[in-house]
Amino acid sequence: MIGGIRARHLPLILTVLIFCIGYGACVVQYPAFASFRVIGNLLTDNSFLGILAVGMTFVIISGGIDLSVGAVVAFSGVFLALVIQNLHMPPLLAFVCVLMISAAFGAVMGAIIHYFSIPPFIVTLAGMFFARGLSSVLTTDSIPITAPLYTWLNDISIHLPHHGRLSLIGIVMLLVFVVGIIIAHLTRFGRSVYAVGGNRQSAELMGINLARTTILIYTLSSLCAGVAGIVFSLYTSAGYSLAAVGVELDTIAAVVIGGTLLSGGYGFVAGTLIGVLIQGLIQTYITFDGTLSSWWTKIMIGGLLFGFILLQRVLLALTSRRRVRTGH
Amino acid sequence: MNRPSLKSNALRSVRPAAPQVMALILVLCADWLVSHQFFNIRLQSGRLFGSVIDVFYHGAPVALLAIGMSLVIATGGIDLSVGAIMAISGAFAAVLINSNVPLWETIALALALGGLCGLWNGFLVAIIRIQPIVATLILLVAGRGIAQLITGGQIVTFDDVHLIGVASSSLLAIPLPIVIAALVLLITIALVRWTALGLLIEATGANALSSRYAGVETRVVTVSVYVWSGLCAGMAGIIAAADIRGADANNVGLWTELDAILAVVLGGASLLGGRFGLVRSVIGALIIQAMNTGILLSGFQPEFNLIVKAVVVLVVLLLQSPAMLRGIRSMRRRVAS
Repeated sequence: MIGGIRARHLPLILTVLIFCIGYGACVVQYPAFASFRVIGNLLTDNSFLGILAVGMTFVIISGGIDLSVGAVVAFSGVFLALVIQNLHMPPLLAFVCVLMISAAFGAVMGAIIHYFSIPPFIVTLAGMFFARGLSSVLTTDSIPITAPLYTWLNDISIHLPHHGRLSLIGIVMLLVFVVGIIIAHLTRFGRSVYAVGGNRQSAELMGINLARTTILIYTLSSLCAGVAGIVFSLYTSAGYSLAAVGVELDTIAAVVIGGTLLSGGYGFVAGTLIGVLIQGLIQTYITFDGTLSSWWTKIMIGGLLFGFILLQRVLLALTSRRRVRTGH
Repeated sequence: MNRPSLKSNALRSVRPAAPQVMALILVLCADWLVSHQFFNIRLQSGRLFGSVIDVFYHGAPVALLAIGMSLVIATGGIDLSVGAIMAISGAFAAVLINSNVPLWETIALALALGGLCGLWNGFLVAIIRIQPIVATLILLVAGRGIAQLITGGQIVTFDDVHLIGVASSSLLAIPLPIVIAALVLLITIALVRWTALGLLIEATGANALSSRYAGVETRVVTVSVYVWSGLCAGMAGIIAAADIRGADANNVGLWTELDAILAVVLGGASLLGGRFGLVRSVIGALIIQAMNTGILLSGFQPEFNLIVKAVVVLVVLLLQSPAMLRGIRSMRRRVAS
């Protein structure tokens, strides 16, 4: 039993351990890494990726995938820029609109996935084309947002010692993670997501409403993408249809590095946060180093991805062998 | 899940590609409606020119990817890394030709590197048993980094007339990329349909476990299809590099993996594996390219491209979906009774 729990939590523990070792190594080489300023920036710069990754964690735990999130971020940014700058809509109202549109978008994708039994990969791929196309049809220019609320929101921050600051968008990301953890582990919906990912058929036999769960999962993911879109538009103070290209892959990588199984049924939202931070750490290290080129980020993240997947395979093989031996 | 039996697979594979051909003809007609010069073809310095030739010319790389992807999807897998492999092979070819390696060696080595990438994917999928989507995600993430490593982060241009010729020269007035894609298609058809290989691939995709019990070397089959996919992607990468006379690690083949998957899906293959049609996948690639060309000719913003693609894909998929087929069947039954 104890062994089972250990094996269950091992990927999460290892993710945390690798982050700590990596961070420690960075501090040894560049003592400035230990400053609150670096930590604050790490959280701020990766906030939109983190928010996307919370939604993606639920999708992946359920055994699905969502390729549309980057495009939804771009669409949200373009939409916000257009309605705030050109139509002079109050930013807060625009935020509400964005959240409603993105949630509805996810609900439609979830419904198509469930009722027409088309693989999530293809449905969300079409969703990606659609959202990306729609935002470029709206405008191909990068539109700056000059609303006073944006400056005001960007100035909000918690001051940390040594000139560090935790910005509003960093706080929003941490809040989204807290909400995500609560939903995953303390609600009925969360349990349904794990059950669906573990075994669809038994989940259905257990009385879980598959249609409702599937639609809610993709709604949640797109809603997160909407929030991330708002955060990204605050971060860049602009809307651009080619923003966040390829971010869906970084998000999936973060979730996998965070210890979630892509085959579904197993994973932790908390692990995803570490997965995001590990990616941010690599990026920051490369910036600090200055001689390493940016492409090393991609190669290193690919290598890490490989390491974690391999580790999960080994763990899975070990635990299943034990199950066979003990006759479970 | 409800996978078609082997018998119906065999029937499917010999069934003509009527719906795909009709869709292609429809799209081409739509192209003709927006631009009446669409079917005009002229011969200029020994090479055919014209919009309809362009569809084939620009469609050749994705068609090549779709050929490899068809086999991979037939085994129940998916290859997300083909765009990255294009970038790697193109980068390698550009660097080799600039260090005065002869043309044939350059092409052979760049192709071999593509095949090696495929071997890596196949190894992860068949031997370590990682889900295909995850296994190929690794190279998708790292691949463009590797391509940049090869080119030193720069866009490497070259002016070797022979390598440029891979894209610009022609055989019997037909642009060479079209000839290459057609040749690869014929070779692949010969391999999978004139030998038992096609049957083995479909068996692996339909049910890997029972195929193994039946004595099929599913591992060898799986590794080979990923290698073939890597080789096809390598060829597509060389053509793309020759076309722009340089290797752009960041942008060559960007999103082509998705186009290739779409082409195969438009070709009527099931993502669950077990059935595929090579000709239909290539026609799927041509449909995608004909839509792109049509939107360009129509004077619409090219931005509409993605929306049109999304809608077409969704409509085709909804029509093929099990729910829709069930609906049609029950309607027929009601009409009959």
